[in-house]
Amino acid sequence: MNALLTLDNLTVTYDRHPAVHHVSGFFRAGSLTAIAGPNGAGKSTLMKAIMGELRPAEGRMQHQLVRSDFGYLPQAADINRRFPISVLDTVLLGAWRHTGAFGANGPKERAHATETLAAVGLGGFERRPIGSLSAGQFQRVLFARLLLQDAKVILLDEPFTAIDARTTQDLLDIVAHWHGEGRTVIAVLHDLEQVRAHFPETLLLARECIAWGPTAEVMSAGNLLKARMMAERWDDGAGTCEPPISDASNNGVVA
Amino acid sequence: MSAYDLLIAPFADYGFMRRALVACLCLALGSGPIGVFLMLRRMSLMGDAMSHAVLPGAAIGYLVAGSLSLTAMGIGGLVAGLSVALLSGIVSRATVLQEDASFASFYLTSLALGVLIVSLRGSNIDLLHVLFGTILAIDGPALALIGSITSVTLVALALVYRPLVAECFDPGFLRTVGGRGPVYHALFLLLVVLNMVASFQALGTLMAVGLMMLPAAVAQLWGRSLTAMITLAAVTAAISGYVGLVASYHLELASGPTIIMTAAVIYGFSILFAPSGLIRRLFPRPHLAG
Repeated sequence: MNALLTLDNLTVTYDRHPAVHHVSGFFRAGSLTAIAGPNGAGKSTLMKAIMGELRPAEGRMQHQLVRSDFGYLPQAADINRRFPISVLDTVLLGAWRHTGAFGANGPKERAHATETLAAVGLGGFERRPIGSLSAGQFQRVLFARLLLQDAKVILLDEPFTAIDARTTQDLLDIVAHWHGEGRTVIAVLHDLEQVRAHFPETLLLARECIAWGPTAEVMSAGNLLKARMMAERWDDGAGTCEPPISDASNNGVVA
Repeated sequence: MSAYDLLIAPFADYGFMRRALVACLCLALGSGPIGVFLMLRRMSLMGDAMSHAVLPGAAIGYLVAGSLSLTAMGIGGLVAGLSVALLSGIVSRATVLQEDASFASFYLTSLALGVLIVSLRGSNIDLLHVLFGTILAIDGPALALIGSITSVTLVALALVYRPLVAECFDPGFLRTVGGRGPVYHALFLLLVVLNMVASFQALGTLMAVGLMMLPAAVAQLWGRSLTAMITLAAVTAAISGYVGLVASYHLELASGPTIIMTAAVIYGFSILFAPSGLIRRLFPRPHLAG
């Protein structure tokens, strides 16, 4: 029951409308958790809140981690894919924790980066400009950079969207490898079969936490129906949210 | 006319031509790389707008110093340029206006104010000098200032190269590793304004970005890697400076515009003949087997 990252009544809003609403629970150290739920359920918002890119309107997060313990692959990364940079240099950015902004990348970092490229199936691509890669190959490069980052907690926001089956399988193997190394992995996913097959734990989100725990229990027909019932629209006439009754069992936290 | 007369004599015979050439080479070394980064950040037009925004500061400096003192104009321009950049940044964060919209509003205001200030106190000749520069009148102190700005630019670029590349390429990543992106962005804007100030006397406030943007566009048409682009931009700018000065000397044309026109001719040539240029588009080579 080793809580690495605890959400305590977390609410994140856009224009005062909640996108993540009173979510409580925790991610165990070394757990492999999928975040599932319909569009607009607040999955990406929760990721951004964990990364500190959005400030909670209410509640808080508790952890003992520092920024460099996190590795984050955002959903729509604002990456300039036409930037004239090589695959190897892109991966080497992952060594930032060691080099910082000004330190040199020595032969050790280069060798390590080359190894991670081979690990994602892109051996020999080192000198290619990133502009020449396909979407799947580019996603492999970003995974190689995450490998080099050596982060304790890895957040993946819809990492397999628009990626073919073979690439997805290879990248899922890397996720399993991270899990085996004892890293904590949290991934936003749409494919429920994928969640069932590869992720031991699931947080089912529909703005509010529908269920959080072992995947088999969370992904029950009843819970999935409940998640689908979530109203997609904001209620423009919504009144102010009354303080909830503080009750930890409310959200069905299972660790 | 021998090759010596054509290519070397203007600089051997006249000190003002030598100083103009050294100034051009310095500008090429600093502005070329800065232009490449501006272009990669999709800020080409922002750079142009910035060069107009510095006008009121340059004008006040011009009037206070009484003549084309590059130092006075430079300090004024630096203050005006950074104020506009800062104010538009604040407005775009505080209101619904996007950065380009607020920037446009501020630079137009700034440009109008600048022209007003010059016309209030100076003559039309003054205005022409401020707007279009007088590269042949560059003296020793002005040359020292331009050289210093180039040195500072090159050292600063070498130091912040990686964070600047990361900030251009993947700002989200820089945020997650805690690299202070906005700091490097601000530092880069400072370098942009500094290099514009260096170009003031040579090219005037209207064309100060000429040796930044045209060589950068040429570099992007030919170069594949960032290193190649930066080198190409500096070399293109240097060639434009030299050829422009020689042409303006022999043909008795205004120097600043001739330099920019030379860069424009190289740009036109590149559009046609570069690997990604028009000729290749019209006459594609057969595709490869694999």
